[in-house]
Amino acid sequence: MDLPVHVQLDLHRRMVRIRLFEEAAGRLAESNRLPGFLHLYVGEEAVAAGVCGALNDDDHITSTHRGHGHLVAKGGDFNRMMAELMGKATGYCKGKGGSMHISDTSLGMLGANGIVGAGSPIAVGAAFANRYRGRGQVAVAFFGDGSTNIGAFHEAANMACALHLPIVFACENNEYGEFTPRDKTMAITDIVDRAAGYGMPGVIVDGMDVIAVHEAAVEAVERARTGGGPSLIEAKTYRFYNHHGVQNLGLKYRSDDEVAMWKQRDPIFTLEDRMIENKAATRDQFDAIWAELRAGIEAAIAFADESPYPTPDQIMVGVYTSMSGAN
Amino acid sequence: MADERKLAYVMAFNEAVKQQMEADPNVFCAGEDIGAFGGVFGTFGGLQAKFGADRVVDTPISEQAIVGLGVGAAVTGLRPIVDLMFMDFICVALDQIVNQAAKLKYMFGGDAVLPLTITTAGGGGLSAAAQHSQSLEALLCHIPGLKVVMPSNPYDMKGLMTACIQENNPTVMIKHKRLLGMTGHVPEESYSIPLGKGNILRPGKDVTIVAYARMANEALIAADELAKDGIDCEIIDPRTLQPLDTDLIVSSVKKTNHAVVVHEAVRFGGLGGEIASQIQELAFDYLDAPVTRIGAPFSPVPFSPALEQHYIPDSKTIVQGIRDVMARV
Ligand SMILES: Cc1ncc(C[n+]2csc(CCOP(=O)(O)OP(=O)(O)O)c2C)c(N)n1
Ligand SMILES: [Mg+2]
Repeated sequence: MDLPVHVQLDLHRRMVRIRLFEEAAGRLAESNRLPGFLHLYVGEEAVAAGVCGALNDDDHITSTHRGHGHLVAKGGDFNRMMAELMGKATGYCKGKGGSMHISDTSLGMLGANGIVGAGSPIAVGAAFANRYRGRGQVAVAFFGDGSTNIGAFHEAANMACALHLPIVFACENNEYGEFTPRDKTMAITDIVDRAAGYGMPGVIVDGMDVIAVHEAAVEAVERARTGGGPSLIEAKTYRFYNHHGVQNLGLKYRSDDEVAMWKQRDPIFTLEDRMIENKAATRDQFDAIWAELRAGIEAAIAFADESPYPTPDQIMVGVYTSMSGAN
Repeated sequence: MADERKLAYVMAFNEAVKQQMEADPNVFCAGEDIGAFGGVFGTFGGLQAKFGADRVVDTPISEQAIVGLGVGAAVTGLRPIVDLMFMDFICVALDQIVNQAAKLKYMFGGDAVLPLTITTAGGGGLSAAAQHSQSLEALLCHIPGLKVVMPSNPYDMKGLMTACIQENNPTVMIKHKRLLGMTGHVPEESYSIPLGKGNILRPGKDVTIVAYARMANEALIAADELAKDGIDCEIIDPRTLQPLDTDLIVSSVKKTNHAVVVHEAVRFGGLGGEIASQIQELAFDYLDAPVTRIGAPFSPVPFSPALEQHYIPDSKTIVQGIRDVMARV
């Protein structure tokens, strides 16, 4: 427990923001107020929070279909996120992208992604540009266990290592790709085993322990920033809800016992308990943080509700930088 | 017929696969989440339980290797059905589809046989946004060596899927996501619909509408609406886009003297352009008005329902398009 209390509180705050945003999105989806697919990040908060807590504002991240947590952890604005999920004109993507493409390039968040594996090569490009400009920025590719089965991941990892780029590969190993368990789709247990094949260091961390994730991330980011090249972090974690939507129990591909076991290791409550035990914070303090952030969520829902939908004349806007030549 | 057997589009697909797997031990399926889970759309439901995990294979998320698995197994004597969950994901596997599957036979001097079926799900209307809603059929139809099928109803689905599996060339079977739950008459016994044969979905004398997949159903609604104004539409559903039943389309246009082509894909560079060209080359003297194309605007599919509902053509767009064509006379 060497981390300064203010850093622990920062990581806690990032996790609570994710949790509240996701639970609110889940409730809205349940009452059919969100169109499209919804892949919730609940349970995996320690990964996005621990890693993004090690980044500067101008560092870049690429994300996945399960991307809200990454944007929130990078500092995403609740109002614009909620509006985007509802398909409103005031949303991050003006209603064009939705949950699966949520992004904020001004925060260095280069987009959630509907194509599994597609983020990693883009992170390689950001890392290349960062070194090219020489401002010391790094890039992080967030990706799931399942996405390491796709060619794009392997090409990205190899190229990043071959070019010795300032990048961190951050794997959220939640043991499933959609509805199929990891052991049916790969013959290794630990994603980190892949790192050696490309010549980069890799570590396994407890993805339910935000401090452990953070410490590993600080080391990997430092390595990247100081010219030490790529690293891979495998965070063992779990999504509390179904692949998409809000069901969490009674799923035919995983047992309720397994879900209960992981929920006992809730990354937010684990940190709170530990900080209280270490006298680094009090229950009252945490209650106040939850209340404050909850108010922000309620305000975001109201903002999104009151926001207008985009008008049909917006369909053709944003395809190209200028409209000439469009059909 | 009240006692007609009804089946959903998705189950018509499932039944075709099941019957062909029963009939031919060389038929197997591979794809993401298709085994124990039965496929994200339920298309492969119950098949692993019936045929085992060797014949209904859960694959890693590896589109390129999934199609490659199909190509290699097909060229060595099996009859694979490989599934790419969403049509957008064909882009991840394009080398295997375009450079390998489509061309091996030709490049090998005609010797290789590739009885490969690639199945996928296309189309929008679910707020699934730009990477899960596309209609990329024109891309595939442009590739010599591939056959491309897009059924508009459960009956055609079963017959065409059966034909795809029995076909000795690579075929791409594109289900429409918004039609999965559509029910209709489907005979229990196995039957096939020849690839390349279109269908007159509705006979009429005033204007020919060429429409496929979900747009064929929208055209049917539009035709009812137009009938009230005394416009009698003939709807041609080509069913197979490659090879295309040009004869059927042209003979219809020679009768009606008007043609409108409808698809969900973006208009520019879409199949509508090809079909319109064929019509003007083969029936120019019969046309009373230019052939019109109805399709999506030239943008990615937007997420917000407020935009997507205006983006994808529907019966109202078709009615308007046909009124415009008829008004030109
Ligand atoms: C190229 C591609 N193939 C398949 C899919 C469908 N799909 C969406 S998420 C997913 C599972 C991804 O698993 P993982 O990378 O472990 O991420 P997780 O969902 O567990 O966070 C799949 C197969 C897709 N979106 N893109
Ligand atoms: Mg996973």
